[in-house]
Amino acid sequence: MNSSPLLQCTDVRKAFPKPDGGELLVLEGMNLELHAGQIVGLLGRSGSGKSTLLRLIAGLSEPSAGQLSYLGAPIFGPAAGIAMVFQSFALFPWLTVFENVALGLEAQRMAKPEIRKRSLAAIDLIGLDGFESAYPRELSGGMRQRVGFARALVVHPNILLMDEPFSALDVLTAETLRTDFLDLWSEGRMPIKGVILVTHNIEEAVLMCDRILVFGSNPGRILSEIKVTLPQPRNRLDPSFRELVERIYVEMTARPKGAAAVGRQERFPGLGIGSVLPPVSSNLFAGLIEAVAASPFNGTADLPKIASDLQMEIDELFPVAETLQMLRFAELEGGDLKLTEEGLAFAQADLDERKRIFLRHLLTYVPLAAHIRRVLDERESHQARKSRFIDELEDFMNEDAAEQTLSAVVQWGRYAEAYAYQDDNAMFSLENPT
Amino acid sequence: MALTDSTIRRSQPFGFLRDLATRWDVIAFIVVIGLIAFLGEAARNLFIPLAQLDVTPISLDPIHLPEYAARTTLRMLAALALSMLFTLTYATWAAKSERAGKFLVPLLDILQSVPILGFISITVVFFMSLAPGRVLGAEFASIFAIFTSQAWNMAFSFYQSLRTIPNELSEAADSFRLSPWMRFWQLEVPFGLPALVWNMMMSMSGGWFFVVASESISVGHTTVALPGVGSYIALAIEQKNLVAIGWAIGAMLLVILLYDQLLFRPLVAWVDRFRVEQEPGVRVPQSWALTMMRRSRLIQGGKLAFQSFVLWTSRAVPRRDAAAAAAAAMQAPLRRLDLLWLALIVAAVVLGLWHIVAVVVTHTSPHEALYVSGLALITMFRVFFLIGLASLVWVPIGVWVGLRPRAAQIVQPIAQFMAAFPANLLFPLAVFGIVSWKLNPDIWLSPLMILGTQWYILFNVIAGASALPAELRYASENFGVKGWLWWRKVALPGVLPFYVTGAITASGGSWNAAIVAEIATWGSTTIEAKGLGSYIADATTAGDFHRIVLGIGTMSLFVVLINRIFWRPLYYYAERKYRLT
Repeated sequence: MNSSPLLQCTDVRKAFPKPDGGELLVLEGMNLELHAGQIVGLLGRSGSGKSTLLRLIAGLSEPSAGQLSYLGAPIFGPAAGIAMVFQSFALFPWLTVFENVALGLEAQRMAKPEIRKRSLAAIDLIGLDGFESAYPRELSGGMRQRVGFARALVVHPNILLMDEPFSALDVLTAETLRTDFLDLWSEGRMPIKGVILVTHNIEEAVLMCDRILVFGSNPGRILSEIKVTLPQPRNRLDPSFRELVERIYVEMTARPKGAAAVGRQERFPGLGIGSVLPPVSSNLFAGLIEAVAASPFNGTADLPKIASDLQMEIDELFPVAETLQMLRFAELEGGDLKLTEEGLAFAQADLDERKRIFLRHLLTYVPLAAHIRRVLDERESHQARKSRFIDELEDFMNEDAAEQTLSAVVQWGRYAEAYAYQDDNAMFSLENPT
Repeated sequence: MALTDSTIRRSQPFGFLRDLATRWDVIAFIVVIGLIAFLGEAARNLFIPLAQLDVTPISLDPIHLPEYAARTTLRMLAALALSMLFTLTYATWAAKSERAGKFLVPLLDILQSVPILGFISITVVFFMSLAPGRVLGAEFASIFAIFTSQAWNMAFSFYQSLRTIPNELSEAADSFRLSPWMRFWQLEVPFGLPALVWNMMMSMSGGWFFVVASESISVGHTTVALPGVGSYIALAIEQKNLVAIGWAIGAMLLVILLYDQLLFRPLVAWVDRFRVEQEPGVRVPQSWALTMMRRSRLIQGGKLAFQSFVLWTSRAVPRRDAAAAAAAAMQAPLRRLDLLWLALIVAAVVLGLWHIVAVVVTHTSPHEALYVSGLALITMFRVFFLIGLASLVWVPIGVWVGLRPRAAQIVQPIAQFMAAFPANLLFPLAVFGIVSWKLNPDIWLSPLMILGTQWYILFNVIAGASALPAELRYASENFGVKGWLWWRKVALPGVLPFYVTGAITASGGSWNAAIVAEIATWGSTTIEAKGLGSYIADATTAGDFHRIVLGIGTMSLFVVLINRIFWRPLYYYAERKYRLT
């Protein structure tokens, strides 16, 4: 492994311009090397910039600063030796399996007999024999993603990029595809040298990768790097496998070392009015509080355990857990979710009492909610336009995040009966409809 | 694309001898040779001198009708091909270049609102001068007129498709490094095809509506009657020949049926595979003609050749390599080009304004302008009143039909056919009635405006009612929601987004129809309803260029304003609040 890397990213930074002239930072300080024979996992939640990084490597967008190089040469636009597998397959519905696979070679203007030979070989390799003349709509999700793989492999890329390739599949199909892929990889039957896998599934990362880069959000950055030295094929029930999964949960919920201001913000995203709020419904957080309060957890839940009990992926679990933390109903630490006293009280209370507790916490710990309430209280009409708050939020975040944040605070405010919102005229008010 | 098909065929070497020709081959052969013969015959006629038309005038003898129908159809197909060419270039340019799009998209919106007859009256002289003394010039004018009734909505649909290509498909195309040319043919055109075919069908119906006006051209002193169904009808009206009108209606019905079966059915069935979202359970469109083409080796051979040609072009077109593209992208902020483009637009706008001022202000009094605006208000009132009336009739019927799948299966194709049927064929009958019973034309000519367009309301409402989720209907039944409450809370909100779409189409069509519908002739009798449509028609007959411009400009302005102020907000409101997803 001491040869020169296949791929190198140095101090990569990506920001999008905002309409008001500022910029929105999504990725910062990215340093990454991919060597031959490795599968590197980019693990993180949505919004941590891992997909953005993958698109930079694929040459589909350009970094704002820093360098990306493939085999020592800078990346400008899609490179010939880098192919990508997409989350939603991205097959052309009007082309047959064969035509989909052959398209990449057509684009390279290869001779027809060669195209045919290589396409059939790729189709054969990936287990699609007999499906050559089928259209994507005739195939199941698993078979479609196999076409996605064959289409990427046929161009004989050095690097295969995979953007959550198994997340749109059901559990069983995903497992089959992963196993097949790992078999082909360890037997060296695929014409690829290195793989970068984007995922939000911790077990998937541990199962497949040699190195895992754990991403944090706001802005996207690498929190830590974990080497996986377990031999292939790996067993999910193996204690050392479980231990590694547990360790990553701890990493992802750890308080950052040092008192970095950015880190504090992430621990308690409710500190400023400009924090992005996750779209977590009252049913979800009430449900999680109840689940943690009940046996076998009795107030303190191990995250991997409760994730598998509730069949939630980290992408679903973490936003809820963090909302609880922001509202001071729970503490996240060391891979555990621990209810606070108020959290336990909430679990015991009846509906009206719950609403009272929630109202208190909402107005104390979510500055945006408090702000909306204050504005409504101060105005004689007790009414305010939604656009007013959207404008304020857009100083801190992009349009979509502002919409999402405001819609979260509307839902919570309705549950707490802190204020009312009328979608027809986009107005906040203090009156409850009769 | 051709690869799999050819490989499968090659693996059975004597397949061709085993059965010399399938029955599909025979059918295909007859159809293809017939088409070629017909095209050749029609093309030969283009180069005869214009004077020849006077020597062999239009005859009302039905024996000539097949030839007339064929030539009319050919004109419409030529216009459709032109529209296709226009769509693929104009819409692509508008979608690809942000600079150009800023100007091209609003321009398309305006062009769409210009009444079709307006294009004829303004452009006919120009086209006649292109091929002086030959039929070709008149043919150009006629085809261009039909083109203007077909092109805009097709271009709009393709533009919208280009703007909504799914992100991942576009990224896949980039990451496999498709050249722009290949990307266009392998991703963009296929993605836009389903919507485009649907709009082609609408365009074809729209074209029929103006076939009389576009073949029997009469602007000021220029009068030409090109051989075709349109001229036949015009002559029949002039001679008060009801029997001939009947023959024309029959011929048109037959032609519509033929191209529906031979062209659009196969197209609709074929483009079904280009749909990106595949809802399960939706019936796959069928077409015997498509089956014929797929089973016939003759046509398959042609298809293979065409596909190889497409692939060959994507190889032949030189491609920029990635580094060069990146280098070009580095000089991204092309400020100067931006400024130049802006300057060009400003210049065009100033020039246009100056022309309008020169034409309208210097030659028409403010009084005239006021008068025209008044006429526009009258026509506007007519359109809105008629849409309301048609809605009262068709919404309940549409809901009733849509909730009964059996009935919908029967009614839906009929409604679509009625929309394709040129309602102006019935005008002579209406005029006949108005004259015989001495009715008030201001009132009784009005229904003609909505005769052809009301069907859009019907079949959109039917579609909306059939899309109403069964569970919603069960729920309302379960809670005993009945009668007026059911209409208010369930049926009407459920079909609203569909209804609005239909009403917008009907409204646009009715404005266009006003020019034909507010003035109608039968022999030497001409009856007129007061309105902007008859004003423009009068000005056209008189060849009064300034009044034509004034009338058309006013109508465009009204249509654009009504769309922006009324229909568009209503459409977004209905989409946001009532769309069931």
